[in-house]
Amino acid sequence: MDLSNFLMMRQELGLVAVFAVLLIYDIFGGETRAMRWFRPLAITLFAIHTLAGFICPMPEGEAFGGMYVNSQLTVLMKNLLNLGVLLVFMQAGEWLRQEGTAIREGEYYVITLATLLGMYLMVSAANFMLLYIGIEMASLPAACLAAYNKYREKSAEAGAKYILMSTLSSGVMMFGLSYLYGAMGTMYFTDMAPLVRFDYMTVLGFIFFFAGLAFKISLVPFHMWAPDVYEGAPTATTAYLSVVSKAAGCFALLLTLHHVFGAIGQVWYYMLWALTVLTIIIGNIFAIRQQDIKRFFAYSSISQAGYIMLGVLHGTETGLTAVIYYLLVYMFSNMAAFGVIASVENKTERTDIAAYNGLYKTNPRLALVMMLAVFSLAGIPPLGGFFSKFFIFASAAAEGDYLLVFIALVNTVISLYYYLRIVKAMFIDSPEAGIGVRLRTDGYNSVSLVLCTVGIIAVGLVSNVYGYINGVGF
Amino acid sequence: MISMEHYLVVSSIMFFVGIYGFIARKNLLAVLISIELILNSVEINFSVFNRYLYPEHMEGVFFSLFGIAISAAETAVAIAIMINVYRLASNIDIRHIDKLKY
Repeated sequence: MDLSNFLMMRQELGLVAVFAVLLIYDIFGGETRAMRWFRPLAITLFAIHTLAGFICPMPEGEAFGGMYVNSQLTVLMKNLLNLGVLLVFMQAGEWLRQEGTAIREGEYYVITLATLLGMYLMVSAANFMLLYIGIEMASLPAACLAAYNKYREKSAEAGAKYILMSTLSSGVMMFGLSYLYGAMGTMYFTDMAPLVRFDYMTVLGFIFFFAGLAFKISLVPFHMWAPDVYEGAPTATTAYLSVVSKAAGCFALLLTLHHVFGAIGQVWYYMLWALTVLTIIIGNIFAIRQQDIKRFFAYSSISQAGYIMLGVLHGTETGLTAVIYYLLVYMFSNMAAFGVIASVENKTERTDIAAYNGLYKTNPRLALVMMLAVFSLAGIPPLGGFFSKFFIFASAAAEGDYLLVFIALVNTVISLYYYLRIVKAMFIDSPEAGIGVRLRTDGYNSVSLVLCTVGIIAVGLVSNVYGYINGVGF
Repeated sequence: MISMEHYLVVSSIMFFVGIYGFIARKNLLAVLISIELILNSVEINFSVFNRYLYPEHMEGVFFSLFGIAISAAETAVAIAIMINVYRLASNIDIRHIDKLKY
């Protein structure tokens, strides 16, 4: 075997190194005083890994007989996932130090890194077997993360729902893959692409494959697991699932749709069109009536996935850039919101929206971050969310898809209504039902909130970011 | 002579029985067994396509092998989570696991 292949996988190797160090530390340092240094070490090592991904030049090309492929694009996608995981690490610490989870603190970081490795493989896969292994590596440990609060029934229930739904979806996806294999006799993307044509077996296999992947990013007919899991899982895990896991799923969908199934574009274009419209509308309508803030953000993230699909639909270069840009802004906005939620939940154990009544009076800074986050999600200028929505609508409109853009625009207005409900609760409603105490947010979480706030504001205003993503291209 | 179609009929029946079981069963373990049916039907599919249509390569068989390993891992995680559900809720009947429904 040619070991030089591994040089291509520098980011994966870096991640495995961080993973191994933390795992060994956790095994030998467990339950001793040395564990005090675990979290700083985990965050520092991972921050170095993230920075290295941005700074170090990465090789391009294929490895392992074309199974694994690395390009500027996949490196950028992995860097984005790294950024999300770094923010999750910063926000998770306070919750992990609580009584029920403190003894297993180290495991959380290790398991999260294991899922991240799976997502790397999803992004870099050039073979359906590797894609499948990546998806499973990303979703099996994620179920453990959802069930991490061992003493809470809701968390166990969320874990059970997540593992059953994700295995069902990967079973459906595998069934589709088996028919695609039967029709074409290969699993490699590059070999398959010229063989894809409009016949029953290919289309059937493709539909099953697509349904399985749509489960992962919770497009509408396949979204039912998302609100339950997001509500029951610990807040850090919810943030992880709604941001990083969804981003990886979107990338995998985008790459397979355009690199492999481009030839049957007329089949999936209308399918994805209908799902996009349904996802945006149903996500929005159900978000209006939610009383639990994590469930609320679950529906909000469902409708956001619909907006992302607007850019995936046409597969143009501008669409691709818009998708990556959208995910970057979405990552900062959602992580900011979940940072505030985690901060409130850790101290008061409350996740209902009423807990946020009068938050501005007691915790003005948290209220301000939350306001920026929901304004960015709703797409209010001059925050990043406005520009990301603008680019994604522009990319769809450039292809003449005016009806879809119109529906999406109307839904943006609807979404403004329910996002403003939170702002109203924080700034206008009387604070009686609220938490009524001044919270002391943990240091790392504060840093992550500052990073997110800077991200929300700067990504929109500093045009270099868009230029940088645009420069990477296909 | 058993042709490819015979195998495919069996695997399709297994797949849809699995889907039906996933929806209709009321016990978490039975749901897990239904999922195993789905995964096994896929593995039959891969092996059969490999054997009858593309016997010169081993890709399909390898996919089946990986699928078996992954479904074993998945069962382990799922059962661990179910044990935890049982500890907290004292049963694994789906109708009673409804804390997150509303």
